[in-house]
Amino acid sequence: MEKTAENPQEEIQADMYLKPKFKISWQVIFAVLMFFYMYLPILVLTFYSFNKSRFSAGWEGFTLDWYVKLFSDTRILVALRNSLTVAVCAVAISAVLGTLMAVGLARYRFPGKSLYQGVSYLPIIIPDIATAVATLVFLAALAIPLSLWTIVAAHIVFCLAYIALAVSTRLADLNPYLEEAALDLGATPVEAFIQVLLPQLIPGIVSGCLLSFVLSMDDFLIASFTAGSGTTTLPMEIFSRIRTGVKPDINALSVLLIVGSGGLAFLAEYLRGRGEQKRAH
Amino acid sequence: MAVSTRTPPPIPPNSPLKAETVSPWSAWTGPLTLLGPSGLLLLLLLVIPTLVIFQLSLVPNIKPGDLVNPSGIGNYLRVFEPLNLQVMGRSLFFATGTTILCLLLGFPVAYWIALNVSKKWRNLTLLGFVLPLWTSSLLRSYAWITILRPTGVLNSLLALVGIPPLELLNQSSAVLIGMAYSYLPYIVTILYASLEKLDRRLLEASQDLGANPVETFWKVTVPQTMPGIAAGSLLVFISSLGDFVDPELLGGASSMTAARLIYNQFLGATQNWGLGSALSMVLIFAVSIGIALLLKYGDRNAI
Repeated sequence: MEKTAENPQEEIQADMYLKPKFKISWQVIFAVLMFFYMYLPILVLTFYSFNKSRFSAGWEGFTLDWYVKLFSDTRILVALRNSLTVAVCAVAISAVLGTLMAVGLARYRFPGKSLYQGVSYLPIIIPDIATAVATLVFLAALAIPLSLWTIVAAHIVFCLAYIALAVSTRLADLNPYLEEAALDLGATPVEAFIQVLLPQLIPGIVSGCLLSFVLSMDDFLIASFTAGSGTTTLPMEIFSRIRTGVKPDINALSVLLIVGSGGLAFLAEYLRGRGEQKRAH
Repeated sequence: MAVSTRTPPPIPPNSPLKAETVSPWSAWTGPLTLLGPSGLLLLLLLVIPTLVIFQLSLVPNIKPGDLVNPSGIGNYLRVFEPLNLQVMGRSLFFATGTTILCLLLGFPVAYWIALNVSKKWRNLTLLGFVLPLWTSSLLRSYAWITILRPTGVLNSLLALVGIPPLELLNQSSAVLIGMAYSYLPYIVTILYASLEKLDRRLLEASQDLGANPVETFWKVTVPQTMPGIAAGSLLVFISSLGDFVDPELLGGASSMTAARLIYNQFLGATQNWGLGSALSMVLIFAVSIGIALLLKYGDRNAI
């Protein structure tokens, strides 16, 4: 945000010339409409979560009943606990491995590096269904029983990719001489890594972790392939409930999840923005 | 896997700063500690599993009434049976439709944020647009059910104005509305990155030389942002090709897509892992073509 334009004067001039001709009002109207499109589902869910009526689209009075109902629903709570366990474990392991991987990829050249890099970013682009199928078939081939931990293993793969991506973006903007200076001043490589490099990487690591946490909490397909019959995660529970009809307590759950992940998104963006500001000074 | 443990060469006291060689780690310990664990994990959980489904896709599936195909490509031949081909075609249709919709809806928004919003507010506006992406995709689809169902929000609003109710849910239109919604933030982010780099002096020059805004747009803006347009479109296309949730929840019974077909082969009633693996391989192959195009024509920096 704080980055100045390469040539500020030019920017101002261009603005002066262009503003009157390019600030066509239909653009503003269109953009506002699109913002409305993006927030409409969220507004609707919030509206219904406080609406007394179970079915009608009209407002029939304010109620918190759906929230109360939600918190006494053990199946939802168990599913939530499972999802949180999976997300926390997968993100914690991926944070360590992903950071090491990003640093390693930035630092070393070796034969097959581009292949390694390609494979590590593959989970971001390959459809979830393909990842899910591959993991299930592999687990079945090794006769590994499905459980909460097989979901964790499957989630690590894509969390790893997102965290490594966030860290390597940050690495690319760092001053490499700081770590070298530490080494010259007698720090061991491990000390230099922990005391010099790691603190600088923290914003990247944290925003990568927040993003992969949200993605792990949101994953339906991979979890349903690797969960086995006894385990249910929150998205699996939500999916089966949506399929069986419209339930107002799901609206309440949506609002809570939206508030939670919206908060995480702001935190991630704030950390990213603060990192950029620090660099600019 | 023997890691050499010889002592590192001493660093000369007044050596000039030389990046890679400073590390006193031996040539192998560093890369192995940093890249080994993730590499092993990726090998075990991604590379080998993909090879396993490839192998499985070649196991001929012998069932009463099936053609026995000893060459092992029987599963792939089944992918091209009319019924399965229709499903793949529907996936392609949804992906293409989503891409076009996202481009049409996303470009003006990205353009507006990149060129008309003041520098101070640009990041915040973009964040505001992308924020809904962070919420659960299942619940966003669920919200669209609430909006589009016969007695839903949209029809209630239409009734107020006196317009007869629309039958949108469980149709292709609902799937396209939901999918365009899901991928719009992605394309806006990528197009924005591309439009922000636009050389405004060229727009100005084009105006000075007498071009009207439409001409300037097609002859200056679009060619300059083409890599971003290519990257955004391909990314939306690739992701929507394997989408499961939106078609499943919004499209109703007649909207089976590739992802659902694969799902059925593994977890549904059909239970044919060979065919399912072959379908997955076809999907991976289709997506790989997309990635190849993305790397060739797309703006890598924008992604």
